[in-house]
Amino acid sequence: MRIPVDPSDWLILIPEFILLGTAIAILMIDAFAKAASDRSSPWISLAGTAGAIVAAVFLWGNPLSGFGGMIVNDDFGVLVSTAILTGTALAVLISVDYVRREELPAGEYYALILLSTIGMLLMVSSANLIMIFLSLEVLSIALYVLTGFARMRPRSQEAGMKYFLLGSFSAAILVYGVALIYGATGTVDLQSIADELISPGVLGNPVLLAGAGLVLVGLGFKVAAVPFQMWTPDVYEGAPSTVAAFMSIGSKAAAFAALVRVLIFAMGGLRPEWLAAVWVIAALTMTVGNLVAIAQDNIKRMLAYSSIAHAGYILVAVAAANRLGLQSIPFYLIAYAFMNLGAWAVVTAVTRKGEEAVGLSDYSGLFWSHPVLAGSMGLFMFALAGIPPTAGFTAKIYVFMAAVAADMIGLLIIAIVTTIISAYFYLRVTVIMFMERPAEPPVVTVPTPLAVAIAVAAAGTIWLFLFPGVTQSFTDTVARLL
Amino acid sequence: MFTYAWLVPGLPLLGTIINGIFGRFLPRKVVGTLASALVGGSFLVSVAVFIQLLGLPEEERHVTSALYTWISAGNFFAEAGILIDPLSVFMMLVVSGVGFFIHVYSTGYMGHDEGYSRYFTYLNLFAASMLILVMANNFLLLFVGWELVGICSYLLISFWYSRPSAVAAGKKAFITTRVGDLGFTLGVVLIFVAFGTLAYDQVFAAAGEVATGVITAITVLLFIGAIGKSAQIPLYVWLPDAMEGPTPVSALIHAATMVTAGVYLVARASPLYVHAPGVLLIVAFVGAVTALFAATIALVNNDIKRVLAYSTISQIGLMFLGVGVGAFAAGLFHLLTHAFFKALLFLGAGSVMHALAGETDIRNMGGLRGKMQVTYWTFLVAGLAIAGIAPLSGFFSKDEILAAALTAPGGHWLLYALGLAASLLTAFYIFRLFFKAFHGEPRMSAERLERAHESPPSMTVPLVVLAIGAAVAGFVGVPGFLAPEAGWTHAVAHFLEPGLAREPLVEAELPPAIGVMLMLIALAVGIAGIAAAWHFYVRRPGTAARLAQRAPAVYNTLLNKYWVDEAYNALFVRPGKALAAFFWRGIDAAVVDGFVNGVARAVAGLSLLVRRTETGYLRNYALAIFAGAVVLVGYLISTR
Amino acid sequence: MASDYTWVLIFLLVGVGFAVVSLLASWAVRPYDPGGQKRRTYECGEMPKGSAWVQLRPGYYIYMLVFVIFDVEVLFIFPWALALRNMKSAGLGALAIADMVIFVGVLAIGLVYAWKKGVLRWE
Repeated sequence: MRIPVDPSDWLILIPEFILLGTAIAILMIDAFAKAASDRSSPWISLAGTAGAIVAAVFLWGNPLSGFGGMIVNDDFGVLVSTAILTGTALAVLISVDYVRREELPAGEYYALILLSTIGMLLMVSSANLIMIFLSLEVLSIALYVLTGFARMRPRSQEAGMKYFLLGSFSAAILVYGVALIYGATGTVDLQSIADELISPGVLGNPVLLAGAGLVLVGLGFKVAAVPFQMWTPDVYEGAPSTVAAFMSIGSKAAAFAALVRVLIFAMGGLRPEWLAAVWVIAALTMTVGNLVAIAQDNIKRMLAYSSIAHAGYILVAVAAANRLGLQSIPFYLIAYAFMNLGAWAVVTAVTRKGEEAVGLSDYSGLFWSHPVLAGSMGLFMFALAGIPPTAGFTAKIYVFMAAVAADMIGLLIIAIVTTIISAYFYLRVTVIMFMERPAEPPVVTVPTPLAVAIAVAAAGTIWLFLFPGVTQSFTDTVARLL
Repeated sequence: MFTYAWLVPGLPLLGTIINGIFGRFLPRKVVGTLASALVGGSFLVSVAVFIQLLGLPEEERHVTSALYTWISAGNFFAEAGILIDPLSVFMMLVVSGVGFFIHVYSTGYMGHDEGYSRYFTYLNLFAASMLILVMANNFLLLFVGWELVGICSYLLISFWYSRPSAVAAGKKAFITTRVGDLGFTLGVVLIFVAFGTLAYDQVFAAAGEVATGVITAITVLLFIGAIGKSAQIPLYVWLPDAMEGPTPVSALIHAATMVTAGVYLVARASPLYVHAPGVLLIVAFVGAVTALFAATIALVNNDIKRVLAYSTISQIGLMFLGVGVGAFAAGLFHLLTHAFFKALLFLGAGSVMHALAGETDIRNMGGLRGKMQVTYWTFLVAGLAIAGIAPLSGFFSKDEILAAALTAPGGHWLLYALGLAASLLTAFYIFRLFFKAFHGEPRMSAERLERAHESPPSMTVPLVVLAIGAAVAGFVGVPGFLAPEAGWTHAVAHFLEPGLAREPLVEAELPPAIGVMLMLIALAVGIAGIAAAWHFYVRRPGTAARLAQRAPAVYNTLLNKYWVDEAYNALFVRPGKALAAFFWRGIDAAVVDGFVNGVARAVAGLSLLVRRTETGYLRNYALAIFAGAVVLVGYLISTR
Repeated sequence: MASDYTWVLIFLLVGVGFAVVSLLASWAVRPYDPGGQKRRTYECGEMPKGSAWVQLRPGYYIYMLVFVIFDVEVLFIFPWALALRNMKSAGLGALAIADMVIFVGVLAIGLVYAWKKGVLRWE
């Protein structure tokens, strides 16, 4: 009998194991020394995340595949994992004070964040449809719980419930798609699917196409692509802000990695068939996300629609499915991790009567009282709008160039027009921060960990603009995968 | 060779960083001096670059210096690099030179403002960005500078953020210019598609090898960007509102430097434009029509800064007229002289406002001549210069453009007529302003008149220096027929030409007879305008009002600026907001919710409906996912 | 390929047809008499007591969840035990044992946590 397992396979999972060990340690400390856990768990999780980043970087440049080809660790995966771990680290930093203030159970909170991160990392390195589904569940179940984590708040509960039900619904669709693909090709291994696609009988099989469509729906739900995006604003609004921040990066990045693996690596041969579908979804996602964001008065909802819109831009790169597209996706995700978490960090800093102040009007005159905080927020808004000198600009340029290289001029024009439109609502936030201070200003607290998170996010946002070459050498090797 | 030229944008950037971080803790004197000194240093470096460039043989005056490879992905490559050639050095000198004086002036003008360090942070950032814009050696870096000056302009227009009008004006400026940026972005993308590179050298070298249609599209798109930034029809509406910013900002950004970026862009891309003569004609006509159109609005406006704003729009129109007929050097020459006299006019206006506690309405001025001698005389110099009176600077540059409009191969008598009409109106409105502000009976309150005073030296010294510039800057471009033997005629053009399109679009020299005749016509028109203004506002002060009464329709149309703002509001702003609301309420709430709820209403009435919406949401979402899945799978299967 | 689906189609038609035919038949022959006993929740004679909206003790579910986890664990241990011999002959016996120790260990830690949090206390 063939034994497909090799002891060295475990090496691939070192980042995941570090996170798992950290999560278990946090849970044990929480169970046996509650008081110590409340103080120490954020720092333990931060250390664990840092360890995972180091381990991930060690795996760089040395593509491994293990567990019978179910798990791969290529450069693309490492880069997206870096984006996710960056997001996790920043999310932990902004949670330190937030969790204390909201009186959330610290041990469980950080353990769940780390467990969800494990799911994300696994999803990024899945080379098998079953693994994609399993890791999707691992990351989602932790997120469902986290979304409803503020148990005393009906909104949080409602959001958790909605996310759970819709998430299960879409996961079921995904599994059905996996089953259909298996039915058509006789395999769930992505490489084998790619090999199968060479035979003409498989290529035109409607069962395969239907399966691909359903998998696209399942992953489209996770990345918040239109028309599978409707949960996003409700969930982001109801979930604790730090959780919303965390999942806006992590689950999106993981799902995009899976999408790239399924659509480009495994089903690149079907691109003529799926291109139009992804094209339309990308166009709709950019348009709806940006247009609806204009009408929002709640900053969390606005950021939710903004995250929908950004999914649309990344989908443009997916649709391009060329070297530049593959390079731009990890870059975009890392840039987005910095700028979006920065914006969310500012959101957690502004409160009113112990509640988060989420109305846009709560930001009036923020520049008056907290120039540095407001300045950072302005920077993040410019970055999200894709205006230099920020990483958001460079990321968009990459995506646009990928679209050019793929001759998708129509989609490119939609992308540029919606980018221009998006300037309107991002700018509105900065305009409001310049306005007169309201009679009853919200309370703004910027504890040190939060300040560090904002500083790191701001520095990353500018740094990636000045020296995109730093990630360049990485992304070049990614592109060779094609 | 020119590595040190990085200091030119680097020094103001350093000022931004220092003032941005430590400005609040430093004494005002340090902040202002540091900011001014750094821009001054940048000017000195520019001069050094200029001298070194002059030392080179003409054909070697084209040096690039790359700092590092900025972006390289696949076949997409861009470096953070600068290009030193006559055109960029010319712009560096204008930007850092005028910028320096405005920094100095600002130390006095903003002396009592709360946001002193913030102001200089922005101003330095602007100088750095503008210098990056003009020094970039590729279209991507140019675009970065282009956007950065947009941000600075926005920040500085809304500098007094406690005024809602200032905040709204900043936003309007940003959004309007972003519309132009859309064209610019597409143009840059198209350049990449067509040429496979964004570096100037490679693009311009290959300009002749690309299909005419593509070149036409590229140049049109770039020109759309230029229209937005340089406030030409139809995207000029933001500039008058931009006067909400501090006056030195209006002088620096919205008169002398940033708004001329569009002219710079067309001149920089001139090797492309010469391959698209049709687009050049569009450029010329947009410029000429804008010149006349904006001048008519300036005739009746009563706000001293807005008159100058419309005047700026009009003058930039003239520059576009110049570059549009292929006289790139003439357009840039006018850019130079305009930088002097328009900055001077704005600073003079600022000085008047400073004396009158911020009053901007010329109906409440008058009789200031005796109170402010320096301001009076320098304003007069600037007025004569813009009106085109010999031998002040505006005379030569405007004449150059008008002559080119008539005689260049790309010219047309209609363009000349439009330009001439605009010149007539320019002379009229500027002296209307002048007479109303400085002559006649004082119309302000006695208390204000009492307090009116000349401005401090930090403000008057720049006025005097700029006045000297406005008076003599024209001599660097004296046409050849006036002094056929002298070696210094057309100095600007001879310096600039190697950096511009090589194609000889403009004949080197006019026959002296025609040249002199055109000059005299232009001079006569300028004098006529001034005379008319004198007749209307000094000799018979009631004439203008009677005229307005006799033709109220014309007067109101002009006073309301042709209702363009209102039209834009109705055409673009409101539908845009409505569309957003429609997507939200209409699609998200009404269509999906409405479908399900509509059924519920039919069955069980309103109370049930209200209850159902709470639980209904989730189903609607699931329904949307399901419907999306059905459509998607249906489509995919149909592709078979 | 197509013939495979023909069977599915036939199966589907027969299935639907069976339901439709029997429903139609019962509709045709049954007497029409709504109300009375027919409106009861259960038609089997059981009399419902009180409202259906009763609150259930959530502790029960957690208790059951913990049980289910260990129930399902067995599903993984059986195939592992079967594969163990092959693993051993391939010289990977230690690895196989380590795998299972980690697996069971993680679950055990979950149990310890639940225990410590008082989930297993029933009162």
